[in-house]
Amino acid sequence: MAPEPTIEQTTEGIPLDSPDSNDRVARRTFIKSVIASGAVASSGGLMLVGLSGCSEDAAPAAGSVERLVTLRVNGRDRPVDVLPNETLAMTLRYKLGLTGTKLSCDRGECGACTVTIDDVAHNSCSTLTHSVRGRAVTTIEGLEQPDGTLHPVQQAMIDELGPQCGFCTPGQIMSGVALLKTNPSPTREEARQAMAGNLCRCGAYDHYLNSIMRAARTT
Amino acid sequence: MSNKDMMPQFALFQPSDIENALELLEKYGENGWLVAGGQDSFDWFKDRAKRPEAVIDLGGIAELTGVRETPDGIEIGAMTTLTEISNNTTIKSQYGLLSEAAGRVASPQIRNAGTIGGNVSQDARCWYYRSGLDCYRAGGNTCYADTPEGMNREHCLFGASRCVAVSPSDTAAAMVALDASMVIRSSAAERVVPAEEFFIGPDVNITRMTVVEAGDILTAIRIPAKWAKAEFYFEKVADRNTWDFPLVNVACSKIVNGGVIEDIRIACAGVECVPKRMTVVEDIVRGSNQDEETAELGGGSASRGASPLNYNHFKIPLMENLVKRAIRGNSSNGTVPVQQ
Ligand SMILES: Cc1cc2nc3c(=O)[nH]c(=O)nc-3n(C[C@H](O)[C@H](O)[C@H](O)COP(=O)(O)OP(=O)(O)OC[C@H]3O[C@@H](n4cnc5c(N)ncnc54)[C@H](O)[C@@H]3O)c2cc1C
Ligand code: SF4
Ligand code: FES
Ligand code: FES
Repeated sequence: MAPEPTIEQTTEGIPLDSPDSNDRVARRTFIKSVIASGAVASSGGLMLVGLSGCSEDAAPAAGSVERLVTLRVNGRDRPVDVLPNETLAMTLRYKLGLTGTKLSCDRGECGACTVTIDDVAHNSCSTLTHSVRGRAVTTIEGLEQPDGTLHPVQQAMIDELGPQCGFCTPGQIMSGVALLKTNPSPTREEARQAMAGNLCRCGAYDHYLNSIMRAARTT
Repeated sequence: MSNKDMMPQFALFQPSDIENALELLEKYGENGWLVAGGQDSFDWFKDRAKRPEAVIDLGGIAELTGVRETPDGIEIGAMTTLTEISNNTTIKSQYGLLSEAAGRVASPQIRNAGTIGGNVSQDARCWYYRSGLDCYRAGGNTCYADTPEGMNREHCLFGASRCVAVSPSDTAAAMVALDASMVIRSSAAERVVPAEEFFIGPDVNITRMTVVEAGDILTAIRIPAKWAKAEFYFEKVADRNTWDFPLVNVACSKIVNGGVIEDIRIACAGVECVPKRMTVVEDIVRGSNQDEETAELGGGSASRGASPLNYNHFKIPLMENLVKRAIRGNSSNGTVPVQQ
């Protein structure tokens, strides 16, 4: 028998499970709406198993908190219902509709799912969503300015004709953005090392490097 | 089976102190699983090869992170990431061997999430075992790698005992070469175990790679001042530069005075189920001049006692040459070009 999915913030946690019953009812309604929109966003072929655990009758286990969390994504607070066993890539793509983050190997072996968490590059396929509560997540969708100005790394990708098929590009860009945050003027070798966690089936590595070096010059 | 569905369900706990984590471990016993950076753990869960009931995420325990200087060296919290270790100025300037080894693990993204505690505690990478086959290590009754048809190019040269898997960790060899010790807490007590005893072979326990048992947490790693600012050499040979485990790596600390090797510790990963300390080599070269003759002599003796499998004979000259370079060179100050 699979265990009832629960998350316990055992000490000092954000006490989401308020004893106030009105509050709880309101939150349940809200959870349902989040699930509904999640279902719309999710594409075929991917199964989000265990959602039945969110049904209204499923009382939270003693001491546990509800799964409704607010994530800070691309500068906005996004309330979302997150399973204990859910990866950030799943949440971003299939609940928040941020499909710019690609899911390829799902094993930490390609970097297609790279996002930044507090400005550091992470494979979102290998990150539990519950571990990013209170941290700032940025995806490829969050780089553009409100007025449509692209991030220098995005612009440089266009100017240098960086991508070929483009599938690995969001991940490549996020690694480049994270690099320039800590090292605004990297040597080509430093950039190469920083981009080493992003696989490109088209082999456009040199073009990506050209783009990163151009972005470094223009910022 | 899709490789992109959800991990099987588990209950998730995010304690914010060690005591709480220990209580949870005690409560769940064999059905509990500690997650540090998760870079090893999530693959096991996704592949359904391990199905814990409760996952205890150590990420919220502040006291488990950071590098502290102590009167007799440094202490590194088990949850310190590999990236922090490769960038930390104290480690870089005094124990450069460890920052080099940490910087050669996996990929930037994995080093940003993966912790030093998780890196030394990671499980065997034998692909028969990883794919969920019921081999000795998984509690079954056979070894798939050690058969005439077995694909054992990555497997061991030393210490086979039913299982022929190797220590996959890049930092483990550095820990042995730096004479580190591991601080382990259980609800009953705290114990401090030298790195050499921390890693265990299949003859001791075929289902674990370390002395850490259910109910234990590795809290910190201590490195003694004796090896601060010693001469260091780290080199890793893998099929690819990123994402790839060492076929063989070498980690060496040595104290050289007036051209004489006064003291030395050498360990290799990828050749035994534990990081292999090269005591034979150390004994041969200690007290000798650091020259070509000593390097030849030491390197040549590295493979004494090795028994290769069908496909891993190449590891013998590889290991001998790496050990030779380690005796000769100092990778931290670039005396010998480090392979990139
Ligand atoms: C694609 C890929 C490539 C890789 N390449 C390399 C490589 O080249 N070199 C290399 O060395 N490694 C490599 N690895 C392994 C990776 O470095 C390790 O998996 C990672 O460092 C583990 O750290 P973690 O914190 O993520 O561990 P986790 O997955 O969180 O934990 C690993 C194991 O250790 C246990 N554990 C963790 N912390 C503690 C603790 N404090 N106390 C007790 N038990 C604990 C966990 O229960 C688990 O069993 C690679 C991994 C991947 C996915
Ligand atoms: S080498 Fe060890 S882990 Fe691999 S199949 Fe044999 S017993 Fe299993
Ligand atoms: S999908 Fe995350 S690393 Fe490949
Ligand atoms: S551009 Fe096609 S995979 Fe990189």
